Amino acid sequence: MPQIVNAVEMRGIVKRFPGVLANDHVDFDLCQGEVHALLGENGAGKSTLMNVLAGLYKPEEGAISVEGKRVSFNSPRDAIAAGLGMVHQHFMLVPSQTVTENIILGLEAPRFVLNMAELDKKILALQEQYGLRVDPKAKIWQLSVGEQQRVEILKMLYRGARVLILDEPTAVLTPQEIKEFIATLKGMVASGHSIVFISHKLDEVLAIANRVTVLRHGRATASGVSTAGTTKRKLAELMVGRDVIFFLEKPPATPGPVVLDLQDLKAENDRGLQALKGVSLQVRAGEILGIAGVAGNGQSELAQVITGMRKALSGHVRVNGEDVVNRSPRVAINRQVAHVPEDRNGVGSAPSLSLAENLIMKSYRKAPVGSRLALNRSVIRKQAEELKTAFDIAAPNIDVQARLLSGGNLQKAILAREMSAEPKIIVAVQPTRGLDVGAIEAVQRVLLDERARGTAILLFSEELEEVMALSDRIAVIYEGQIMGEVKPEETTLEQIGLMMAGQRLENIRGETDGHE
Amino acid sequence: MATNDTLAKGFRPTYSLRLERRLTTPKWLPVATSVGAVVVALIVGALLIYLGGGHPLAAYQHILEAAFGSVGVFNDTLVKATPLILVGLACALAFRMRLWNIGAEGQFFMGAWGASAVVLLPLLPATTPKPLMLLAMALAGFLCGALWGFIPGYLKAKLNVNEVVTTLMMNYIATSWVLFWVFGAWSEGGFQMSRMFPRTAWMPRLLDYAKSIPAFGGLTLHGGILLGLIAATIVWFIVSRSKWGYEIRLIGDNPRAAHYAGINIVRNTVLVMMLSGGLAGLAGMSEISGVVHRLQGAISPGYGFTGIIVAWLAKLNPFAVVLVSVLFGGLILAGREIQPSGIPRMLQGIILFCVIASDVLLRYRVRLVRS
Ligand SMILES: Nc1ncnc2c1ncn2[C@@H]1O[C@H](COP(=O)(O)OP(=O)(O)OP(=O)(O)O)[C@@H](O)[C@H]1O
Ligand SMILES: [Mg+2]
Repeated sequence: MPQIVNAVEMRGIVKRFPGVLANDHVDFDLCQGEVHALLGENGAGKSTLMNVLAGLYKPEEGAISVEGKRVSFNSPRDAIAAGLGMVHQHFMLVPSQTVTENIILGLEAPRFVLNMAELDKKILALQEQYGLRVDPKAKIWQLSVGEQQRVEILKMLYRGARVLILDEPTAVLTPQEIKEFIATLKGMVASGHSIVFISHKLDEVLAIANRVTVLRHGRATASGVSTAGTTKRKLAELMVGRDVIFFLEKPPATPGPVVLDLQDLKAENDRGLQALKGVSLQVRAGEILGIAGVAGNGQSELAQVITGMRKALSGHVRVNGEDVVNRSPRVAINRQVAHVPEDRNGVGSAPSLSLAENLIMKSYRKAPVGSRLALNRSVIRKQAEELKTAFDIAAPNIDVQARLLSGGNLQKAILAREMSAEPKIIVAVQPTRGLDVGAIEAVQRVLLDERARGTAILLFSEELEEVMALSDRIAVIYEGQIMGEVKPEETTLEQIGLMMAGQRLENIRGETDGHE
Repeated sequence: MATNDTLAKGFRPTYSLRLERRLTTPKWLPVATSVGAVVVALIVGALLIYLGGGHPLAAYQHILEAAFGSVGVFNDTLVKATPLILVGLACALAFRMRLWNIGAEGQFFMGAWGASAVVLLPLLPATTPKPLMLLAMALAGFLCGALWGFIPGYLKAKLNVNEVVTTLMMNYIATSWVLFWVFGAWSEGGFQMSRMFPRTAWMPRLLDYAKSIPAFGGLTLHGGILLGLIAATIVWFIVSRSKWGYEIRLIGDNPRAAHYAGINIVRNTVLVMMLSGGLAGLAGMSEISGVVHRLQGAISPGYGFTGIIVAWLAKLNPFAVVLVSVLFGGLILAGREIQPSGIPRMLQGIILFCVIASDVLLRYRVRLVRS
């Protein structure tokens, strides 16, 4: 018998879904007190493997032991009882309830009498210990995504989880939040927790994880490799099975006339606060304008105003000279404005409709998909099959419900739909979020192809490297205002960082000029 | 390994039931649960009849005979099923968009009133040719029902007023409105009913053709059933095949995605409520033109509410609505025929109860586990 028992041992796990072998005899070990990263392409079976571990799915074959003891979970409750807690890719919180209420939801104790003040205090103590700050009395809907994630983690810690499974936790965080999050992880490891961490961001994985396991088409291509002896390039190759080009060669732009002209846009956010305080921008045909900024500085609202989904208080949105501000999403669609929305589950897709039905959301009105009254079912099926192949959407078939697609594949489906409409303008909000390195490359290629075709592209991204690599010009947004516009070849990451923190370009330039 | 575990626990492992969330719902499952729910309801009903000192099998046999035992009673069952089909379709359509229209009863009454107004106000003289008269009555019935759907639909769409409350309350207004007319302006000699409609306002019945086809003698099945079948086909086409139906399903599944797809949610909410109300209104027209032949207070034994059960049991499938309506038509009829009449009513209630309970099986899988 070995002296040190693993926190978790999974042996020969097999999990099938109708038409897919999501896990094919996968082995996975988690040592006590380590951070173990799980990598793999979209649809490789990462979430599935961890859902098996968390008691959500029952594997067809395989054995699981926790701290040396054989276990067989019938529900997440059993897993939590064994000390395993999972934070899912999509959060499972009740929006209208407070943080504390969500944390104690479903627990046996307290039974009848809720001493809220007492509970709040307990939760504050837990927060203090791990640096997961969030107001216990706040309602979930009032919280940012990052804060909601902290609630999910607190929920698991409160239940006494010793092993934390985090499914793509950093995909929804801002760079600043990621820094804090990494610190939190280190703190949790120091206090004896073991962590499984799913991510597509290889730099992050190399920085945080002790070991990695890589899945590919449901099989482990690397099991528990130490991060010390590997590189980003090697990991990427293990994931996709070929050499990955991280940033594509970008041919010089040939900008045409101004296609999208935004003037002095002002708008409120959902909570009635002013989110846009006079934004003016222009995008030309055949160029990519990148919008950099920390999430929550008005990016979503700006994208929504352009695509007719949100009313502006004032200002203009001119598409090829025609003012379409405050018309409707329909008008934007008819003017061939494609929109890759930020919230792919809540806005970009209909969970219970099929993949094929999700792919026609923008095209069903016109021939050949729609005739005068009816939908043309054979055309819908043919197009769906074509898009599924062209965009490499991993799904058993086109009739599968959208909610059963893996996170990255849903994103691919949305991209496929938006790009297939031959857009004149693309408003893409975080288009590569949650995608694997191979898919990111594919999306970047699609955007560059569209640019070559003469499409005007507005790219919102928090990934500075991505904005730098793809954009012809970069505008930085801060608290609903544009801090300045620069060319990627004439700027530095520091300069953009300063603007993202609220300094105007004139001021920064003024200072540096002064020094020279 | 597994045997070891069992041995370790001894030879008497204990079992327990657990609910596990279903990831996918196979196509046959809704059908199976609906049928299963009816079967369970019949068993529960039998138990209650037995406990009450009755003979369950005799009672069921009686119900079966009273509803389906001969051409004559089957005719009556279909007559009862006719309004249920239209009302069931009305509910099924609205429920597709997650609009909880529980005002079909009121829309039914308004439809009946509108159709009567054509004859009684009168909007058309009694000598109007039958096809024109019936067309006008159907149109008036549909429009009045649609109006009753429009009001809650508009309030929901524009002001987000809960449609459950408004449609429910508008039921009371509709029944009172009909009573107001049958007690007042349209009362015949002070009785709470209108005068008999002229023959031109009667829906054709099978017995009208008894001269050429003797077998139709005494059969009161009327043209309303055709309306129901045509409506079922149209509703099926709308929901499953048409562009509009796609919009309805998209809004029902995720309104924010529908908004993103450029679909006008306000307009669709109003339209669906109007079509739903219109179908229920058509049921009212069909009932007074095909069966009652006059307007009176008691024209519905709660068709509007039974329609909700029908739609639910049919899992919102328009053709299943037709089948379920026939079953419920039989139960309503048996309620008139057998004593105590409460039994078929009780069965209706138990069926609804079982159907709602069986929904759990669509979302969860029950597992027997050793603990
Ligand atoms: N509940 C389900 N029913 C049917 N198929 C499923 C279900 N869950 C996942 N799948 C399929 O199993 C495969 C693996 O999915 P999984 O969610 O584990 O991928 P993933 O590695 O987490 O991908 P991503 O990085 O995109 O989140 C996919 O092909 C997916 O479509
Ligand atoms: Mg996943």
